[in-house]
Amino acid sequence: MNKLAHWGQAPLEVLQVLGRYGLNFFERLGRGHIFMAYVMMGLKEVVQRWQLVVIQIFSVGVLSFVIIVISGLFVGMVLGLQGYNTLVDFGAEESLGVLVALSLVRELGPVVAALLYAGRAGSALTAEIGLMKTTEQLSAMEMMAVDPLHRIIAPRFIAGIISMPLLAAMFSAVGVFGGYFVGVGLLGVDDGAFWSQMQDAVDLRDDIFNGVIKSFVFGIAVTWIAVFEGYDTVPTSEGISRATTRTVVNSSLAVLGLDFILTALMFNE
Amino acid sequence: MLNNKEIQAENVLVKIRGMSFKRGTRVIFDNVDLDIQRGKITAIMGPSGCGKTTLLRMIGGQLLPQTGTVTVDGLQVNHLSRKALFKLRKRMGMLFQTGALLTDLDVFDNVAYPIREHTDLPESMIHDLVIMKLHAVGLRGARHLMPSELSGGMARRVALARAIALDPMMIMYDEPFTGQDPISMGVLVRLIKRMNEALGITSIVVSHDVTESASIADYVYVLSAGHIVGAGTPRELQQTDSKWVRQFMEALPDGPVPFHYPAADYDNELLSGHGNE
Repeated sequence: MNKLAHWGQAPLEVLQVLGRYGLNFFERLGRGHIFMAYVMMGLKEVVQRWQLVVIQIFSVGVLSFVIIVISGLFVGMVLGLQGYNTLVDFGAEESLGVLVALSLVRELGPVVAALLYAGRAGSALTAEIGLMKTTEQLSAMEMMAVDPLHRIIAPRFIAGIISMPLLAAMFSAVGVFGGYFVGVGLLGVDDGAFWSQMQDAVDLRDDIFNGVIKSFVFGIAVTWIAVFEGYDTVPTSEGISRATTRTVVNSSLAVLGLDFILTALMFNE
Repeated sequence: MLNNKEIQAENVLVKIRGMSFKRGTRVIFDNVDLDIQRGKITAIMGPSGCGKTTLLRMIGGQLLPQTGTVTVDGLQVNHLSRKALFKLRKRMGMLFQTGALLTDLDVFDNVAYPIREHTDLPESMIHDLVIMKLHAVGLRGARHLMPSELSGGMARRVALARAIALDPMMIMYDEPFTGQDPISMGVLVRLIKRMNEALGITSIVVSHDVTESASIADYVYVLSAGHIVGAGTPRELQQTDSKWVRQFMEALPDGPVPFHYPAADYDNELLSGHGNE
Protein backbone atom coordinates (compact mmCIF):
# COMPACT_ATOMS: atom_id res chain seq x y z
CA MET A 1 0.00 0.00 0.00
CA ASN A 2 2.78 2.32 1.00
CA LYS A 3 4.73 1.41 -2.08
CA LEU A 4 1.71 2.13 -4.25
CA ALA A 5 1.29 5.53 -2.68
CA HIS A 6 5.01 6.15 -3.23
CA TRP A 7 4.79 5.29 -6.92
CA GLY A 8 1.76 7.49 -7.23
CA GLN A 9 3.70 10.40 -5.79
CA ALA A 10 6.88 9.89 -7.80
CA PRO A 11 5.87 11.90 -10.88
CA LEU A 12 4.77 14.74 -8.62
CA GLU A 13 8.11 14.69 -6.85
CA VAL A 14 9.95 14.76 -10.16
CA LEU A 15 7.82 17.71 -11.19
CA GLN A 16 8.56 19.39 -7.89
CA VAL A 17 12.31 18.91 -8.27
CA LEU A 18 12.20 20.17 -11.85
CA GLY A 19 10.19 23.17 -10.74
CA ARG A 20 12.71 23.96 -8.01
CA TYR A 21 15.60 23.72 -10.45
CA GLY A 22 13.76 25.98 -12.88
CA LEU A 23 13.00 28.57 -10.22
CA ASN A 24 16.58 28.49 -8.92
CA PHE A 25 17.91 28.89 -12.44
CA PHE A 26 15.76 31.92 -13.22
CA GLU A 27 16.41 33.43 -9.81
CA ARG A 28 20.16 33.21 -10.37
CA LEU A 29 19.76 34.55 -13.89
CA GLY A 30 17.85 37.53 -12.51
CA ARG A 31 20.38 38.13 -9.78
CA GLY A 32 23.18 37.91 -12.34
CA HIS A 33 21.57 40.66 -14.40
CA ILE A 34 20.89 42.95 -11.43
CA PHE A 35 24.48 42.36 -10.34
CA MET A 36 25.73 43.36 -13.77
CA ALA A 37 23.55 46.48 -13.77
CA TYR A 38 25.22 47.59 -10.51
CA VAL A 39 28.65 46.79 -11.92
CA MET A 40 27.90 48.91 -14.99
CA MET A 41 27.03 51.85 -12.76
CA GLY A 42 30.64 51.77 -11.61
CA LEU A 43 32.08 52.28 -15.11
CA LYS A 44 32.64 55.98 -14.49
CA GLU A 45 34.85 55.18 -11.52
CA VAL A 46 36.70 52.57 -13.58
CA VAL A 47 37.54 55.20 -16.18
CA GLN A 48 38.83 57.51 -13.45
CA ARG A 49 40.91 54.72 -11.94
CA TRP A 50 42.12 53.03 -15.10
CA GLN A 51 45.23 51.73 -13.28
CA LEU A 52 42.96 49.17 -11.60
CA VAL A 53 42.04 47.83 -15.06
CA VAL A 54 45.69 47.73 -16.13
CA ILE A 55 46.57 45.62 -13.08
CA GLN A 56 43.72 43.23 -13.89
CA ILE A 57 44.64 43.02 -17.58
CA PHE A 58 48.00 41.81 -16.35
CA SER A 59 46.52 39.17 -14.09
CA VAL A 60 43.77 37.84 -16.39
CA GLY A 61 45.35 38.61 -19.78
CA VAL A 62 49.13 38.61 -19.59
CA LEU A 63 49.25 35.67 -17.20
CA SER A 64 47.03 33.66 -19.58
CA PHE A 65 49.32 34.48 -22.50
CA VAL A 66 51.67 31.51 -22.19
CA ILE A 67 48.95 28.86 -22.12
CA ILE A 68 47.21 30.56 -25.06
CA VAL A 69 50.38 30.69 -27.16
CA ILE A 70 51.37 27.09 -26.48
CA SER A 71 47.85 25.80 -27.12
CA GLY A 72 47.53 27.90 -30.27
CA LEU A 73 50.79 26.51 -31.59
CA PHE A 74 49.74 22.90 -31.07
CA VAL A 75 46.23 23.42 -32.44
CA GLY A 76 47.75 25.06 -35.54
CA MET A 77 50.21 22.20 -35.96
CA VAL A 78 47.47 19.59 -35.67
CA LEU A 79 45.37 21.51 -38.19
CA GLY A 80 48.34 21.61 -40.55
CA LEU A 81 48.86 17.88 -40.25
CA GLN A 82 45.21 16.85 -40.53
CA GLY A 83 44.52 19.38 -43.27
CA TYR A 84 47.49 18.24 -45.33
CA ASN A 85 46.50 14.57 -45.06
CA THR A 86 43.01 15.34 -46.33
CA LEU A 87 43.93 17.89 -48.98
CA VAL A 88 46.77 15.90 -50.47
CA ASP A 89 44.27 13.23 -51.60
CA PHE A 90 42.69 15.84 -53.87
CA GLY A 91 45.97 17.42 -54.86
CA ALA A 92 44.89 20.60 -53.10
CA GLU A 93 47.59 20.84 -50.47
CA GLU A 94 48.37 24.40 -51.58
CA SER A 95 45.09 25.41 -49.98
CA LEU A 96 46.41 24.36 -46.57
CA GLY A 97 46.97 28.01 -45.60
CA VAL A 98 43.30 28.80 -46.27
CA LEU A 99 42.09 25.83 -44.25
CA VAL A 100 44.31 26.60 -41.27
CA ALA A 101 43.61 30.33 -41.27
CA LEU A 102 39.84 30.11 -41.73
CA SER A 103 39.45 27.38 -39.12
CA LEU A 104 41.40 29.40 -36.63
CA VAL A 105 40.05 32.87 -37.29
CA ARG A 106 36.41 31.87 -37.59
CA GLU A 107 36.10 29.11 -35.00
CA LEU A 108 39.00 27.63 -33.14
CA GLY A 109 40.72 30.87 -32.21
CA PRO A 110 37.79 32.48 -30.40
CA VAL A 111 36.31 29.23 -29.03
CA VAL A 112 39.41 27.40 -27.80
CA ALA A 113 40.96 30.61 -26.48
CA ALA A 114 37.72 31.31 -24.57
CA LEU A 115 37.65 27.78 -23.13
CA LEU A 116 41.27 28.10 -22.02
CA TYR A 117 40.58 31.57 -20.66
CA ALA A 118 37.63 30.18 -18.65
CA GLY A 119 39.85 27.50 -17.15
CA ARG A 120 42.85 29.70 -16.46
CA ALA A 121 41.53 33.21 -15.72
CA GLY A 122 37.81 32.60 -15.06
CA SER A 123 38.41 30.09 -12.30
CA ALA A 124 41.08 32.34 -10.77
CA LEU A 125 38.69 35.31 -10.77
CA THR A 126 35.95 33.29 -9.08
CA ALA A 127 38.31 31.89 -6.45
CA GLU A 128 39.85 35.28 -5.74
CA ILE A 129 36.53 37.10 -5.34
CA GLY A 130 35.01 34.17 -3.44
CA LEU A 131 37.90 34.18 -1.01
CA MET A 132 37.62 37.94 -0.57
CA LYS A 133 33.98 37.40 0.35
CA THR A 134 34.77 34.52 2.71
CA THR A 135 37.43 36.54 4.54
CA GLU A 136 35.02 39.48 4.84
CA GLN A 137 37.21 41.74 2.70
CA LEU A 138 34.22 42.71 0.56
CA SER A 139 32.15 43.47 3.66
CA ALA A 140 35.01 45.51 5.09
CA MET A 141 35.15 47.56 1.88
CA GLU A 142 31.42 48.19 2.06
CA MET A 143 31.81 49.37 5.63
CA MET A 144 34.63 51.69 4.50
CA ALA A 145 32.07 53.20 2.10
CA VAL A 146 33.86 51.68 -0.89
CA ASP A 147 31.58 49.76 -3.22
CA PRO A 148 33.23 46.41 -4.05
CA LEU A 149 31.06 46.10 -7.16
CA HIS A 150 32.71 49.21 -8.54
CA ARG A 151 36.19 48.77 -7.14
CA ILE A 152 36.73 45.00 -7.32
CA ILE A 153 34.27 43.60 -9.86
CA ALA A 154 34.06 46.31 -12.52
CA PRO A 155 37.83 46.55 -13.26
CA ARG A 156 38.06 42.75 -13.53
CA PHE A 157 35.07 42.62 -15.84
CA ILE A 158 36.44 45.31 -18.15
CA ALA A 159 39.90 43.71 -18.10
CA GLY A 160 38.35 40.40 -19.16
CA ILE A 161 36.48 41.99 -22.06
CA ILE A 162 39.63 43.74 -23.28
CA SER A 163 41.88 40.70 -22.85
CA MET A 164 39.72 38.05 -24.51
CA PRO A 165 39.81 39.34 -28.14
CA LEU A 166 43.55 40.00 -27.83
CA LEU A 167 44.18 36.49 -26.53
CA ALA A 168 42.02 34.97 -29.29
CA ALA A 169 43.93 37.00 -31.90
CA MET A 170 47.22 35.74 -30.45
CA PHE A 171 45.90 32.20 -30.50
CA SER A 172 44.96 32.45 -34.18
CA ALA A 173 48.23 34.14 -35.17
CA VAL A 174 50.39 31.58 -33.42
CA GLY A 175 48.14 28.80 -34.78
CA VAL A 176 48.75 29.98 -38.35
CA PHE A 177 52.48 29.80 -37.70
CA GLY A 178 52.01 26.29 -36.26
CA GLY A 179 50.20 25.24 -39.44
CA TYR A 180 52.91 26.91 -41.54
CA PHE A 181 55.63 25.13 -39.63
CA VAL A 182 54.09 21.69 -40.18
CA GLY A 183 52.73 22.27 -43.72
CA VAL A 184 55.56 24.24 -45.29
CA GLY A 185 58.43 23.36 -43.00
CA LEU A 186 57.90 19.64 -42.55
CA LEU A 187 55.52 18.43 -45.26
CA GLY A 188 56.80 20.51 -48.19
CA VAL A 189 53.77 22.64 -49.13
CA ASP A 190 54.75 25.56 -51.34
CA ASP A 191 55.58 28.60 -49.27
CA GLY A 192 54.17 31.19 -51.68
CA ALA A 193 50.97 29.26 -52.32
CA PHE A 194 50.39 28.84 -48.58
CA TRP A 195 50.45 32.59 -47.91
CA SER A 196 48.92 33.90 -51.16
CA GLN A 197 45.91 31.58 -51.08
CA MET A 198 45.38 32.52 -47.46
CA GLN A 199 45.53 36.21 -48.37
CA ASP A 200 42.98 35.73 -51.15
CA ALA A 201 40.51 33.68 -49.15
CA VAL A 202 40.51 35.34 -45.74
CA ASP A 203 38.26 38.38 -45.71
CA LEU A 204 38.84 41.13 -43.18
CA ARG A 205 35.18 41.84 -42.47
CA ASP A 206 33.58 38.42 -42.94
CA ASP A 207 36.22 36.35 -41.23
CA ILE A 208 38.53 38.34 -39.02
CA PHE A 209 36.04 40.93 -37.84
CA ASN A 210 33.41 38.28 -37.13
CA GLY A 211 35.98 36.27 -35.19
CA VAL A 212 36.80 39.33 -33.11
CA ILE A 213 33.10 39.90 -32.39
CA LYS A 214 32.83 36.27 -31.27
CA SER A 215 35.74 36.54 -28.88
CA PHE A 216 34.40 39.84 -27.57
CA VAL A 217 31.03 38.18 -26.78
CA PHE A 218 32.79 35.19 -25.21
CA GLY A 219 34.89 37.59 -23.13
CA ILE A 220 31.73 39.21 -21.77
CA ALA A 221 30.04 35.86 -21.08
CA VAL A 222 32.99 34.13 -19.40
CA THR A 223 34.06 37.09 -17.28
CA TRP A 224 30.48 37.86 -16.29
CA ILE A 225 29.95 34.28 -15.13
CA ALA A 226 33.30 34.22 -13.34
CA VAL A 227 32.84 37.44 -11.36
CA PHE A 228 29.20 36.68 -10.56
CA GLU A 229 29.97 33.18 -9.31
CA GLY A 230 32.74 34.63 -7.13
CA TYR A 231 30.52 37.35 -5.70
CA ASP A 232 27.59 34.98 -5.20
CA THR A 233 29.64 32.21 -3.62
CA VAL A 234 28.59 30.62 -0.34
CA PRO A 235 31.33 31.89 1.99
CA THR A 236 32.87 28.53 2.92
CA SER A 237 35.71 26.51 1.41
CA GLU A 238 33.18 24.12 -0.11
CA GLY A 239 31.27 27.08 -1.50
CA ILE A 240 34.37 28.41 -3.25
CA SER A 241 35.15 25.02 -4.72
CA ARG A 242 31.61 24.69 -6.07
CA ALA A 243 31.62 28.21 -7.44
CA THR A 244 34.93 27.65 -9.23
CA THR A 245 33.64 24.45 -10.80
CA ARG A 246 30.42 26.18 -11.84
CA THR A 247 32.42 28.96 -13.48
CA VAL A 248 34.38 26.56 -15.67
CA VAL A 249 31.39 24.36 -16.53
CA ASN A 250 28.87 27.14 -17.12
CA SER A 251 31.19 29.40 -19.05
CA SER A 252 32.37 26.53 -21.28
CA LEU A 253 28.76 25.65 -22.05
CA ALA A 254 27.92 29.30 -22.60
CA VAL A 255 30.85 29.69 -25.02
CA LEU A 256 29.84 26.63 -27.06
CA GLY A 257 26.16 27.60 -27.10
CA LEU A 258 26.88 31.23 -28.01
CA ASP A 259 29.30 30.05 -30.70
CA PHE A 260 26.53 28.16 -32.42
CA ILE A 261 24.18 31.13 -32.29
CA LEU A 262 26.81 33.59 -33.51
CA THR A 263 27.98 31.26 -36.28
CA ALA A 264 24.40 30.82 -37.44
CA LEU A 265 23.92 34.59 -37.51
CA MET A 266 27.27 35.43 -39.14
CA PHE A 267 27.90 32.73 -41.70
CA ASN A 268 24.37 31.79 -42.67
CA GLU A 269 24.24 32.85 -46.31
CA MET B 1 16.37 73.99 29.81
CA LEU B 2 16.62 70.34 28.93
CA ASN B 3 15.66 67.84 31.56
CA ASN B 4 17.67 64.70 32.28
CA LYS B 5 15.68 62.48 29.95
CA GLU B 6 16.03 64.90 27.06
CA ILE B 7 19.77 65.23 27.61
CA GLN B 8 20.00 61.45 27.54
CA ALA B 9 17.92 61.29 24.36
CA GLU B 10 20.20 63.89 22.74
CA ASN B 11 23.18 61.76 23.59
CA VAL B 12 21.84 58.67 21.91
CA LEU B 13 23.90 57.95 18.78
CA VAL B 14 22.24 54.71 17.75
CA LYS B 15 18.57 54.18 18.41
CA ILE B 16 16.87 50.89 17.55
CA ARG B 17 13.12 50.65 17.92
CA GLY B 18 10.79 47.68 17.42
CA MET B 19 13.37 45.91 15.29
CA SER B 20 12.58 42.38 14.11
CA PHE B 21 14.63 40.21 11.82
CA LYS B 22 14.16 36.66 10.58
CA ARG B 23 16.39 34.33 8.60
CA GLY B 24 14.05 31.91 6.87
CA THR B 25 11.82 30.79 9.69
CA ARG B 26 14.41 31.43 12.40
CA VAL B 27 13.71 34.55 14.44
CA ILE B 28 16.97 36.42 15.15
CA PHE B 29 15.43 39.56 16.69
CA ASP B 30 11.93 39.99 17.97
CA ASN B 31 10.83 43.57 18.60
CA VAL B 32 14.13 44.78 20.03
CA ASP B 33 14.61 48.31 21.45
CA LEU B 34 18.17 49.43 22.11
CA ASP B 35 20.06 52.72 22.63
CA ILE B 36 23.79 53.35 22.26
CA GLN B 37 24.99 56.43 24.12
CA ARG B 38 27.33 58.85 22.38
CA GLY B 39 30.93 58.74 23.57
CA LYS B 40 30.45 55.62 25.69
CA ILE B 41 31.54 52.00 25.35
CA THR B 42 28.50 49.79 25.03
CA ALA B 43 28.99 46.05 25.15
CA ILE B 44 26.52 43.72 23.51
CA MET B 45 26.88 40.26 24.94
CA GLY B 46 25.16 36.98 24.39
CA PRO B 47 25.85 33.39 23.52
CA SER B 48 27.20 32.43 20.09
CA GLY B 49 24.61 32.58 17.37
CA CYS B 50 22.28 34.99 19.17
CA GLY B 51 22.61 37.60 16.44
CA LYS B 52 25.24 39.95 17.85
CA THR B 53 27.11 40.29 14.56
CA THR B 54 23.79 40.61 12.72
CA LEU B 55 23.01 43.57 14.96
CA LEU B 56 26.24 45.30 13.93
CA ARG B 57 25.46 44.66 10.29
CA MET B 58 22.08 46.30 10.78
CA ILE B 59 23.61 49.37 12.37
CA GLY B 60 26.03 49.52 9.44
CA GLY B 61 23.20 49.10 6.95
CA GLN B 62 24.52 45.86 5.47
CA LEU B 63 21.35 44.08 6.54
CA LEU B 64 17.91 45.62 6.81
CA PRO B 65 15.39 44.76 9.53
CA GLN B 66 12.06 43.39 8.39
CA THR B 67 10.23 45.71 10.77
CA GLY B 68 11.27 48.56 13.03
CA THR B 69 13.85 51.27 12.63
CA VAL B 70 17.60 51.66 13.09
CA THR B 71 18.64 55.29 13.52
CA VAL B 72 22.27 56.38 13.58
CA ASP B 73 23.05 60.01 14.35
CA GLY B 74 19.51 61.01 13.44
CA LEU B 75 19.51 59.15 10.11
CA GLN B 76 17.28 56.13 9.56
CA VAL B 77 19.74 53.59 8.20
CA ASN B 78 17.08 51.30 6.77
CA HIS B 79 15.59 54.08 4.63
CA LEU B 80 18.76 55.71 3.34
CA SER B 81 19.71 55.74 -0.33
CA ARG B 82 22.91 53.89 -1.22
CA LYS B 83 24.73 57.19 -1.61
CA ALA B 84 23.58 58.54 1.75
CA LEU B 85 24.36 55.23 3.42
CA PHE B 86 27.93 55.29 2.06
CA LYS B 87 28.27 58.89 3.27
CA LEU B 88 27.20 57.78 6.75
CA ARG B 89 29.57 54.81 6.67
CA LYS B 90 32.51 57.16 6.21
CA ARG B 91 31.79 58.23 9.78
CA MET B 92 31.62 54.64 11.06
CA GLY B 93 34.45 52.23 11.60
CA MET B 94 34.06 48.50 11.88
CA LEU B 95 36.52 45.99 13.17
CA PHE B 96 35.79 42.55 11.77
CA GLN B 97 36.47 39.39 13.70
CA THR B 98 39.19 38.29 11.30
CA GLY B 99 40.52 41.79 10.70
CA ALA B 100 39.41 41.53 7.04
CA LEU B 101 42.56 43.23 5.78
CA LEU B 102 42.99 43.44 2.03
CA THR B 103 45.43 40.61 1.41
CA ASP B 104 47.12 42.12 -1.65
CA LEU B 105 48.14 45.29 0.20
CA ASP B 106 50.75 45.65 2.96
CA VAL B 107 49.97 47.06 6.40
CA PHE B 108 50.70 50.66 5.38
CA ASP B 109 48.53 50.53 2.27
CA ASN B 110 45.71 48.84 4.16
CA VAL B 111 45.56 51.72 6.64
CA ALA B 112 46.01 54.26 3.85
CA TYR B 113 43.24 52.65 1.77
CA PRO B 114 40.21 54.53 3.18
CA ILE B 115 42.16 57.81 3.22
CA ARG B 116 43.17 57.41 -0.42
CA GLU B 117 39.65 56.40 -1.39
CA HIS B 118 37.86 59.28 0.26
CA THR B 119 40.26 62.20 0.31
CA ASP B 120 42.55 64.03 -2.11
CA LEU B 121 45.32 64.48 0.42
CA PRO B 122 48.92 64.59 -0.85
CA GLU B 123 50.92 61.41 -0.37
CA SER B 124 53.21 63.02 2.21
CA MET B 125 50.25 63.83 4.42
CA ILE B 126 48.75 60.36 3.95
CA HIS B 127 52.11 58.96 5.04
CA ASP B 128 52.07 61.00 8.26
CA LEU B 129 48.45 60.14 9.01
CA VAL B 130 49.03 56.42 8.51
CA ILE B 131 52.14 56.50 10.68
CA MET B 132 50.16 58.23 13.42
CA LYS B 133 47.37 55.67 13.27
CA LEU B 134 49.82 52.78 13.26
CA HIS B 135 51.71 54.32 16.16
CA ALA B 136 48.46 54.51 18.12
CA VAL B 137 48.07 50.72 17.83
CA GLY B 138 51.79 50.09 18.39
CA LEU B 139 52.54 48.74 14.91
CA ARG B 140 54.46 51.57 13.29
CA GLY B 141 57.37 49.19 12.79
CA ALA B 142 55.22 46.60 11.02
CA ARG B 143 54.17 48.88 8.18
CA HIS B 144 55.93 46.87 5.48
CA LEU B 145 54.54 43.48 6.49
CA MET B 146 51.87 41.74 4.44
CA PRO B 147 48.64 40.60 6.19
CA SER B 148 49.74 36.96 5.89
CA GLU B 149 52.80 37.76 8.01
CA LEU B 150 50.76 39.11 10.94
CA SER B 151 49.48 37.23 13.98
CA GLY B 152 45.74 37.32 14.65
CA GLY B 153 46.13 39.99 17.32
CA MET B 154 48.35 42.15 15.10
CA ALA B 155 45.90 41.84 12.21
CA ARG B 156 43.14 43.13 14.45
CA ARG B 157 45.27 46.04 15.57
CA VAL B 158 46.03 46.96 11.96
CA ALA B 159 42.32 46.70 11.22
CA LEU B 160 41.70 49.00 14.18
CA ALA B 161 44.19 51.52 12.77
CA ARG B 162 42.34 51.31 9.46
CA ALA B 163 38.98 51.72 11.19
CA ILE B 164 40.12 54.98 12.83
CA ALA B 165 41.86 56.24 9.67
CA LEU B 166 39.06 58.66 8.81
CA ASP B 167 38.43 59.66 12.45
CA PRO B 168 34.97 58.12 12.69
CA MET B 169 32.32 59.04 15.25
CA MET B 170 31.86 55.39 16.23
CA ILE B 171 33.58 52.04 15.96
CA MET B 172 31.88 48.67 15.99
CA TYR B 173 34.04 45.83 17.27
CA ASP B 174 32.91 42.37 16.20
CA GLU B 175 34.21 39.80 18.71
CA PRO B 176 37.54 41.59 19.19
CA PHE B 177 38.82 39.20 21.87
CA THR B 178 37.94 35.83 20.34
CA GLY B 179 40.90 33.50 19.91
CA GLN B 180 43.45 35.90 21.39
CA ASP B 181 46.24 35.01 23.78
CA PRO B 182 46.15 36.86 27.14
CA ILE B 183 48.72 39.44 26.07
CA SER B 184 47.01 40.47 22.83
CA MET B 185 43.69 40.38 24.63
CA GLY B 186 45.06 42.81 27.21
CA VAL B 187 46.44 45.02 24.44
CA LEU B 188 43.08 45.08 22.63
CA VAL B 189 41.16 45.83 25.82
CA ARG B 190 43.47 48.75 26.53
CA LEU B 191 43.32 50.00 22.96
CA ILE B 192 39.53 50.00 22.85
CA LYS B 193 39.42 51.91 26.12
CA ARG B 194 42.08 54.36 24.98
CA MET B 195 40.43 55.03 21.61
CA ASN B 196 37.24 55.78 23.46
CA GLU B 197 38.85 58.08 26.01
CA ALA B 198 41.38 59.86 23.82
CA LEU B 199 39.29 60.31 20.69
CA GLY B 200 35.84 60.32 22.27
CA ILE B 201 34.75 57.62 19.82
CA THR B 202 31.49 55.86 20.59
CA SER B 203 32.30 52.17 20.80
CA ILE B 204 30.06 49.17 20.38
CA VAL B 205 31.75 45.96 21.46
CA VAL B 206 30.06 42.73 20.50
CA SER B 207 31.52 39.90 22.49
CA HIS B 208 30.93 36.85 24.60
CA ASP B 209 34.06 37.41 26.64
CA VAL B 210 32.31 38.60 29.77
CA THR B 211 35.24 39.67 31.93
CA GLU B 212 37.07 41.66 29.26
CA SER B 213 33.96 43.37 27.93
CA ALA B 214 32.59 44.16 31.38
CA SER B 215 35.94 45.63 32.44
CA ILE B 216 35.75 48.45 29.88
CA ALA B 217 32.03 48.82 29.11
CA ASP B 218 29.98 51.71 30.42
CA TYR B 219 26.76 49.90 29.59
CA VAL B 220 25.94 46.30 28.71
CA TYR B 221 23.10 44.69 26.82
CA VAL B 222 22.67 40.93 27.10
CA LEU B 223 20.92 39.28 24.17
CA SER B 224 19.34 35.87 23.99
CA ALA B 225 16.91 34.20 21.62
CA GLY B 226 15.98 37.44 19.88
CA HIS B 227 15.34 39.47 23.03
CA ILE B 228 17.28 41.73 25.34
CA VAL B 229 17.33 39.77 28.58
CA GLY B 230 19.44 42.17 30.57
CA ALA B 231 20.65 45.75 30.38
CA GLY B 232 22.60 47.99 32.70
CA THR B 233 26.05 48.89 33.87
CA PRO B 234 28.36 45.91 34.43
CA ARG B 235 27.91 46.35 38.20
CA GLU B 236 24.12 46.35 37.90
CA LEU B 237 24.19 43.21 35.81
CA GLN B 238 26.34 41.37 38.31
CA GLN B 239 23.69 42.04 40.95
CA THR B 240 20.73 41.23 38.75
CA ASP B 241 17.95 38.86 39.76
CA SER B 242 17.69 37.36 36.31
CA LYS B 243 18.87 33.76 36.49
CA TRP B 244 19.69 33.76 32.81
CA VAL B 245 21.93 36.84 33.01
CA ARG B 246 23.64 35.47 36.12
CA GLN B 247 24.34 32.19 34.35
CA PHE B 248 25.87 34.05 31.45
CA MET B 249 27.85 36.60 33.45
CA GLU B 250 29.19 33.97 35.83
CA ALA B 251 29.76 31.35 33.13
CA LEU B 252 27.77 28.62 34.88
CA PRO B 253 27.48 25.40 32.85
CA ASP B 254 23.86 24.70 33.81
CA GLY B 255 20.89 26.88 34.52
CA PRO B 256 18.13 28.44 32.42
CA VAL B 257 20.30 27.53 29.42
CA PRO B 258 20.44 23.77 30.00
CA PHE B 259 23.63 21.77 29.71
CA HIS B 260 21.78 19.07 27.75
CA TYR B 261 20.39 19.59 24.31
CA PRO B 262 16.66 18.73 24.45
CA ALA B 263 16.35 14.93 24.29
CA ALA B 264 14.12 12.06 25.36
CA ASP B 265 14.32 10.84 28.96
CA TYR B 266 17.79 9.42 29.66
CA ASP B 267 16.70 6.36 31.69
CA ASN B 268 13.99 5.44 29.24
CA GLU B 269 16.39 5.70 26.34
CA LEU B 270 18.94 3.42 27.99
CA LEU B 271 16.35 0.88 29.08
CA SER B 272 14.41 0.81 25.82
CA GLY B 273 17.02 -1.57 24.37
CA HIS B 274 17.32 0.06 20.91
CA GLY B 275 20.99 -0.56 20.27
CA ASN B 276 21.04 0.86 16.81
CA GLU B 277 18.93 3.70 15.54
